[in-house]
Amino acid sequence: MTTRPLAEAKWLPATLGLGGIAVALLLAELAIRMEWLSRFIVPLPSDVLMSFERIILEEDVLSRFLATAGEALAAALLVSFVGVALGALLHGNRLLRRACESWVAGLAAAPLVLLYPLFLVIFGRNALTIVMIGFVSGLPPAILKTVEGLSGTRKVLLDVGRSFSLSPSQLFWKIRFPSALPVIFVGVRLGLMFSLINIVGVEFLINFGGLGQLVNELAERYDLAAMYAAICFVILVSICFFIASEKLERWLVS
Amino acid sequence: MKLNLLRLAILGSILLFWEAVAASGLLFRDVVPSLLKIASALGHLGVNADFYHNLSATAGEVGISLAIGGSIGVVAGLLLGGSRLLGKSFEPYIHYLGPTPKIIFFPVMIMWFGIGPGSKIAMGAISCFFPVALITAAGMRQIDQVLIRVGRSFRASTWQMVTKIYFPAMRHPMLNGLRLGFGVSVIGVLLAETKLSNRGLGFLVMQSYSQFDMPGMYALLLVVFALAILVNAIISRLGGLAVSEI
Repeated sequence: MTTRPLAEAKWLPATLGLGGIAVALLLAELAIRMEWLSRFIVPLPSDVLMSFERIILEEDVLSRFLATAGEALAAALLVSFVGVALGALLHGNRLLRRACESWVAGLAAAPLVLLYPLFLVIFGRNALTIVMIGFVSGLPPAILKTVEGLSGTRKVLLDVGRSFSLSPSQLFWKIRFPSALPVIFVGVRLGLMFSLINIVGVEFLINFGGLGQLVNELAERYDLAAMYAAICFVILVSICFFIASEKLERWLVS
Repeated sequence: MKLNLLRLAILGSILLFWEAVAASGLLFRDVVPSLLKIASALGHLGVNADFYHNLSATAGEVGISLAIGGSIGVVAGLLLGGSRLLGKSFEPYIHYLGPTPKIIFFPVMIMWFGIGPGSKIAMGAISCFFPVALITAAGMRQIDQVLIRVGRSFRASTWQMVTKIYFPAMRHPMLNGLRLGFGVSVIGVLLAETKLSNRGLGFLVMQSYSQFDMPGMYALLLVVFALAILVNAIISRLGGLAVSEI
């Protein structure tokens, strides 16, 4: 009876969430200072906080961020164009769609990022390998959602188009594609999320590129506080990206 | 009939194209090995005891990580879905942490759990926790309120509510969460094995890479993909059965 009005108070959940995190950090600080936790395994949260300045000034985090963003952008463009084109191709041919849709769904469930050693052989240890991993891993959701979006066009809209004697191409560009855009964007957004996760992951694994490489380098240097700060930075970048893409999706849907 | 013919034609075209590229020498030698070599490598894998040893290592790590991450995820999901205040306070953090690249936590896991299977299991468990927790919390909120009121009107205890109402009503979302959790925990474990390990399928893939055994690498990747898709399909099928049984 008493928790319901409390839960509806706007300030309480935010305070409880942030307060919970702050308390957890304070407890960690205390446990490390009291030597219940080894500071050679878990650095002091205050040290991690202080290391942010160091990774920004000394580790050139901005250019690393731009490197990762550039790879993500290249993968995003590939995912958007190729994924939407393949989705439209599958939607346009019913038999081809029935033959291939389950294969694409199967690929979405496969750990495609494990192809990175193969891509290292084919493309070498460079940004192209990272972009291609991002592209391949982001492709299945973009294709599947494009097919779903184009198939979900309301019949009344198509009938209106036909009553105006639109050609198949006009019907696609003026009716099907615009009405499917919100669902297509959901697929592209999912694809981008997978791409970004795998891009940073492969950067870390092959020690090349931007933010993933930074985490790996700091781990190899055993600079624990800076490594934790770099991990926090990657998380912050991911969260900002996801919030921005969610807002864009909501705007498109509305 | 037409469908199967088309599928066969597509597969045949891909294989023919592959063989033509392999024979043409357009790419570096062995980057695209002939299908015969890949089939032979697959055959070798099938009779290689070392492969089964590594497969069982990976399967064990994935299974334990799924059990740990999945059960913690279910408990967290029940708490977040069961309390509006807790859900509003902490679910946004899980929602936004979920899609971050988990592999960057691997150095931390090595510090905490060592370079053995513990760090791989931890990677799988972390990866698995987020989808399971989020889907369980969403499933909890979607339970028909009538069922909950019926349970309360019979004065069911908390344990009885969980086992008689919540769990049966949530089998489908929980299995769906486990299916997604399985997919990401496989990725977490395999990637961790490729980075630092001396056993497991990820280790075998890196061994093939370092020895430039391309047919072996293709064979391994095919087996890993096939197994991941197969288990995913089995859990999906189980999820479907659960729906019909409810």
